[in-house]
Parts: sequence; C-alpha cells; structure tokens
Amino acid sequence: MPAITLNVNGSARTLDVRDPDKPLLYAIRNDLGLKGAKYGCGLGQCGACTVLVDGEPVRSCVTPAASVAGRKITTIEGLGTTEKPHKVQAAFIAEQAAQCGYCSNGMVMTSAAFLERNPKPSVEQVKEALAQNLCRCGTHDRIVSAVVRASGGTRG
Amino acid sequence: MNIQTSRRNFLKGTGALFIAIPLNTPSFAQGAAAKTVDAAQVDAYLALHADGTATIYSGKVDLGTGLRAAFPQIVAEELSLPMDRIKLIEGDTALTPDQGPTSGSNGIPKGGMQLRQAAATARQALIKLGAEKLGRPASELDAIDGEIRPKSGGPGVSFASLIGDKGFELKLDAKAPVRDPKTHRYVGKHVPRPDVPSKVTGQFAFMHDLEVPGMLHGRVVRPPKINASLVSVDEASVASIPGVQVVRIKNFLGVVAADEWDAVRAARLLKAIWSGGGLPVDDKGLADYVRASKQIGDEMLDERGDFNAAFASAPKKLTTDFYWPAQSHASMGASCAIADVKDGAATIWCSSQGTHRYAKHFADMLGIPASKTRVHYADGAGCYGMNGHEDAAADAAFLSRAVGKPVRVQWMREDEHALDPKGPAQVITQEAAMSQDGKILAWRTQMWCPKPTANLPTIPLLAPVETESKQVQGIATGSLSSGGKPPYDIPNLQVQVHWLESTPLRPSHLRAPGKIGNCLAVETMMDELALMAGQDPVAFRIGYMSDPRGREAIERAAKLFNWDARVQPRRDGKGRGIGYTQYKGDETYVAIAMEVEVDATGRIRVTRVAATHDCGQIISPDGVRSQVEGCILQTIGRTLYEEVKFDRDHITSRDWSTYPILTFTDLPEMKIELIDRPDQPPRGAGEAATAPVAAALANAVFDATGIRLRRVPFTAPRVKAAMTETVTKNG
Repeated sequence: MPAITLNVNGSARTLDVRDPDKPLLYAIRNDLGLKGAKYGCGLGQCGACTVLVDGEPVRSCVTPAASVAGRKITTIEGLGTTEKPHKVQAAFIAEQAAQCGYCSNGMVMTSAAFLERNPKPSVEQVKEALAQNLCRCGTHDRIVSAVVRASGGTRG
Repeated sequence: MNIQTSRRNFLKGTGALFIAIPLNTPSFAQGAAAKTVDAAQVDAYLALHADGTATIYSGKVDLGTGLRAAFPQIVAEELSLPMDRIKLIEGDTALTPDQGPTSGSNGIPKGGMQLRQAAATARQALIKLGAEKLGRPASELDAIDGEIRPKSGGPGVSFASLIGDKGFELKLDAKAPVRDPKTHRYVGKHVPRPDVPSKVTGQFAFMHDLEVPGMLHGRVVRPPKINASLVSVDEASVASIPGVQVVRIKNFLGVVAADEWDAVRAARLLKAIWSGGGLPVDDKGLADYVRASKQIGDEMLDERGDFNAAFASAPKKLTTDFYWPAQSHASMGASCAIADVKDGAATIWCSSQGTHRYAKHFADMLGIPASKTRVHYADGAGCYGMNGHEDAAADAAFLSRAVGKPVRVQWMREDEHALDPKGPAQVITQEAAMSQDGKILAWRTQMWCPKPTANLPTIPLLAPVETESKQVQGIATGSLSSGGKPPYDIPNLQVQVHWLESTPLRPSHLRAPGKIGNCLAVETMMDELALMAGQDPVAFRIGYMSDPRGREAIERAAKLFNWDARVQPRRDGKGRGIGYTQYKGDETYVAIAMEVEVDATGRIRVTRVAATHDCGQIISPDGVRSQVEGCILQTIGRTLYEEVKFDRDHITSRDWSTYPILTFTDLPEMKIELIDRPDQPPRGAGEAATAPVAAALANAVFDATGIRLRRVPFTAPRVKAAMTETVTKNG
C-alpha cells in the first residue's frame, strides 16, 4: 500500500493511502485523529473542512492527501488550544462567535490566514474574505466582530 | 471511564474522543437501572454529590442554542450553588428524564422550568435537613453558596454533608417557592457558553467526531427516484475495494467498510437497478398542486363578529395570495450517527432533538424492547427542526445489526439536501375590507396545510420504510397554521385552515413551522391596509394594538430603527418595512424594522435591521441575543434564496450552489433590543424572531419599489420580472 508523509502541525506523519484520490480531510480526521476539520459538503463549497497548506486556506475535502505530501499543513489543533488560543480563537471566544459551531473550524482557519495577509482589514474586507464560508446558524455578525477584534480594531 | 465522565471530558475539551461503552448487555442494563429517570422525581433531574458538586440531568439538549449555559444558571439560582460546581448531562435516555423533544422553542419555558422546580424542591428539602442539623427553624435558613445557613449569618452546613450522594427521593413540588427575581444572582446575567472555547479550537467532540472501539463506516445507497424499489445489486461492482460488505435488506441498500473513504467510494461505485418511484409534481407546479390537493376537512381556528356580512357590504376590499416554498434544514454538517446493535440490544449515538421518543422508535423498528435501547446525545450541526439526524441513526442501526459491529453513518452532502424531511410548502389567501374612513372592517385568513397526524409520536424514517420494518405512519409538520391570525383588534374575523391529506415531499418541522409565511401574509396585508387608510405602517399597527407589550415592542423597534413615518412608498430603490408577531399567539413578542436596497437587476440587499424582543424573563441574555441574531439572518436567507428544487424523479437541489443560503456579503447592520421582564414567565427565543423577518423585508421592498412580493424566495430574477411587469402595466 503506498505510504505518504504529511507534515502536520510541525510533525511528520506517515500514513497508507490506498486510493490516490483520498481527500486530505479523511486522512487527517481518520488516519491522524485530528477531528477539528469537518466534513460539510465534500465539494469545496462551504469551508467547514479548511486547513492551511503553507499558510494558505485549502479545502481539505477536495484536496487529495497525496498532493500535499511534504507541504506544511496546519490544522485547527495546531493553531491554538483552549488553554493557549490563537488570537483569532481568543476573539471568537470573547465574542461568543459560535452557535452550533460546525462551521467554526473553517471560520477560524480562514480568518487566521486572512489576517496574516491583511492585518488591519475593514469590516467589508472581512465579509469578502469569509464570503465563501457558510454558516447556517446566522452567527455572521459575531464572526465579523471576532475577526475585527483579533485585528486589534473595533467595529464602527 | 464511564459515559458521564467522557461527556464531561468532551466539554472540557481534553480531546478524548473515544467513547468507552459497556459492551455487554448486563452492564448496560445495570448502568441504566442505577438512576431514576421518572420525570416526576427530583432525582431524575438533579444529583448533589459528596464532593460538593451537582449534576443536572436534562432530557432537553443544547442544539448550539445556549441551553448548556442557561440550565446551570437556573439551577445555580435556585440552589445557590456556584456554577462551576454544576455539570450537565443531556439527552441520554438511560440517565435523563423524558421532558419531550427540544423543539418549539420550549427548552427554557418547559425544560428549564422543570429544572427550576426540581431545584426549588431540592432547596426546600435541604433547608429541612439543615434545620434538623443546625437546630434552628427552617424559616430562619436559606441555601447560600452550597450550604444551608441562617439568613442572619453564622455558620452553615454544606449540601454535601446533608445529602451526599444519597438522592432526595422526592416528587417535584409545584408549590415549592422559587427565588424572587429581585434576588437573582445567576439568572439574567451574562454567562459565557461552556462549549464555545472547545468549538473554536477544534477540541469539541461533535457527533461526527466520536469513535466507538471496533467501529466500521457505513454509507447508504439511495435510489435515483424517490421511493423506488430495489430490483438487483451487482456486488462485483465494488470488488476492487477490499473489505467492503454490501448490506441489502429489501429496498435498503448500504455498504460498510473499515475505512470511511472506502465506504464513500464503494457507495459511489455500487451498481444497482431500481424500479418505480418518483414524485407527482415538480417544484414549479407545487403551489398549484398544494391548493388543489385532496382536502380532509376545514377548521375555523378563530372567529369573531360576522366576516361574511362585513366583507360583502364593505366599500374597499383587498385579496392577496401567498406562497411559501418547501425548504430544507440545510444543516452545515451532514447527519451522522453511530449504532451498536447486537444481542437484542441497541446503543445509539445521535444528535436527535428527541432522544427519548426516538429511542422507542428505534426499538420498535429493530424489534427489540425499549428497555434494551439506549440513545446518547451528541451535538450535531445545527438542525433547526428535524433534519436527517434520526434517519442517519436508523441507517446505522440496520447496518450495525447486519454486520454485527458498531457502525458509523455519515450522510454525504447530497443526502442531507435531498433526503432531509422538508419544511412543507404553504399557500395562504387573505381577504380584508376597509371602510371609507380607513377602518378595518373584516379580515379572513385561509391557509392550505398538510394535516399533522394526531398524536404521532415520531416522524417516519427512511430506513424502516425501505427495510419494511415497524414504525408508526403519519406526517408531522409542526404547527403550520399558527400565526395566521392577525395580532390586531379586528371586529369581523375568520382564520381558517383547509387541511390537506398530504404533501409531496416528506415533511417535518423546520424552524418556526408555518409562522414565517403566515406572518408574511398577515403583515403584508396590514401594510396594504395602512396605505389604503392613508396612514404610516407603524402608526396604523399601533392603532389596532391593545396589548401593551406588543405596542411597546413595535414602538421601541421603530425608535431603534429611526423609522421615518410616511404613507406613500419611496419607489426609489431604497425602502423600509416593519413586521410584528406575538409568537404562537401568546408567547414572545417581536417587532422588526428593516431597510433594503433593490437594484435594477432585482437583487435585494438588506442594509439595516432593528429588532425588539420580549420573551418575558430572560435567563441568559447573550444566549437570547445570539438566537435573535440567528433567527434574523437565517430567515433573511430563507426569504431571499431558499427553495427546494425537484423534478418528477427526485430533489435536484443537492448542494450549496443549487440551494444557496445567506452569506457574509448579505450581512446587514443589526440592532437588537432585548426587553427583560423578570416578573413574567420566560418564553422561548429560538424561533420567535424568525416570524416577522419575511414580512418586514417584503414591506421594505414595497417601499423601495412599489412592488408587492408574494412568492418566496424573492430571487433577483423574480423581483426583476415583477418590476418589469409593473412598469409595463403602469407605462
């Protein structure tokens, strides 16, 4: 069975991949036990499965695991913890920016990558940055507030 | 590690995702027998422990809605026990009382109030025990910070030493006094939700993240036409994937594999031949189909004065027709469950809103005793009514029984969109009449709704139909006909429902069943009547509103919005509208003012929302605010974009591109004012603020364009067509 090595959250992890098309999402959730990224659509439409590959947000449900072997993968578990949250996670907690929380992984990961590129965004830029991440509960307003808070700004 | 411990660990976010389960039936039965779940008993809801902590056992569950904070607040208040000493177990049918499903915005009004009464009863018992121990009359004592102490001060005695782990063995006392709201220290205060930190760090264990030792992964293969019969299966078609088991039980077809991706691939590759099936109508014909459907009786829900006489003789009349389409719960996560069915017993992990009633359902369909069936609750993606959670559990149960191992089933996106039971389509007709001097004389609302089956305990699931297993047949929709009555003083009124025998797509309750469409119809009519009377829409409503709480909600929303009082629509592409409801006629009051912009392509953008919300006593203010925000935003999306598409074969809207929902770029500026009434009973907040959203939006579009939209969703092509038609007519 072909083995690939993934660099996930700073550790090299080797796993068997029987099917070359096996999505990264299934590999990290089931083979590596990192359950933070979620299956939402399997189509790259909703963003619940977002991980960072070399710092860029990637839809792991449509990314073959084999295609990112050797690249630097960061999952939400590698971003921060409840004890030591990343600034975006701390802001989501401060704003209570989750209802069911199923989309939270994608919101947090996309926002963290976005703030690396644009550390002081406007509210409109935040909305644009998250336009491809879906939330069904209607937590959008709090998520925008959280991202603005994480950038050190305030909503006018 | 027992199950309580593992649940606690999930909430603490220790990352422990494996569930240790009692693997044989005897330990299963012993575990379940140890604690009462009799809803009449205090011990069913509450346990005080020797270490000074307490456990709440709630049959109602947190659906991302904040009950996980609110329930401990209620109990902390009555017992005067610090919240960090309170743990919460939700939904486990072996440990929690059956308090009915978590639906209809009844989590706090029903579930929370039972907990309040259990804790109040416990407090009285503790005071009595404390009186004996301290040698002082009970009237001089109270529960204070985990002890029974003299109210006047001095040393007390801890709950732990008074009751330990012994249990109260008391019935809930409806007369046990509850705390005076003026003394509240926990209720009404902001308490952060305990699940948010682990949810935003990926450490929270959703249903989807649980694993059971020895668990396999299943997927169900469903026919290309609804209700088709399975003719044959070509098992060789999946032979290229080692270790896949094909399970066929009559018309139920699934695959099971050790690896989840293998199961996904196998389900896609498996070749089967189906026959028959399909639908009697497509989405385009649904409105006419509903109106022409077989009726099984009319019901006059409300009648006042003499509508027919008043309408016949009135000088000015209006008739309007509305259509609300079938909509999907469209949960972000595909439904997921794990079942372990063997040796005549079943353990099921599921995100059901009604674990207790579905435990019985699962037992019946599997042909095993209810006493041998245990359902654990684990958070799913938000469901807003009954989506596919229970179907996935039934799928997992049949696959598990077939292969003799625990099986996890997670639906795929196309399953979730296509197979979830739908919020049914509604047709509403209204007639109203006005005097020459602008007074409403008569009003009639007629609704065409599928009739819910009386006392139907649970909604029929897919797998029992396919496997031809036992289940109670019927339909459930939620109370679709609620909200058709105008919340105004109308002298001659009829509110009538034409009950339909059925509806084409399997229905269930979807957030605020029927009430958004009904409020849209009623509140649009109210707007049209205001114009006919030559009055501003807010002032006109106030004139027919005798309930002071309703009046306050409307007046404060108008003020919050900075409402510009006018009679005539602006018709310049920008407008404002108002919508009002008292949810279910006697519950939460909500008024929403909304501003929209409509461009030449017909695209509607909601730019500002101001809402007031009076749900009586507020337990958890940020929880209520969060629900109100969610109600507003989700319903803007439902109104602008959402309609289940289907042809004569099956549902065709099977992903987020064919069933779009609200996105970040749609986000308006929102102002929300919560009106707290600590002396009033708490009412629900999970649905009420959805109801006036479509109405406020439609009324704002009228102000912006002069066009009345009566068919949801208000998509850009539809709005553009309506604008073109108006220009042609007028020009």
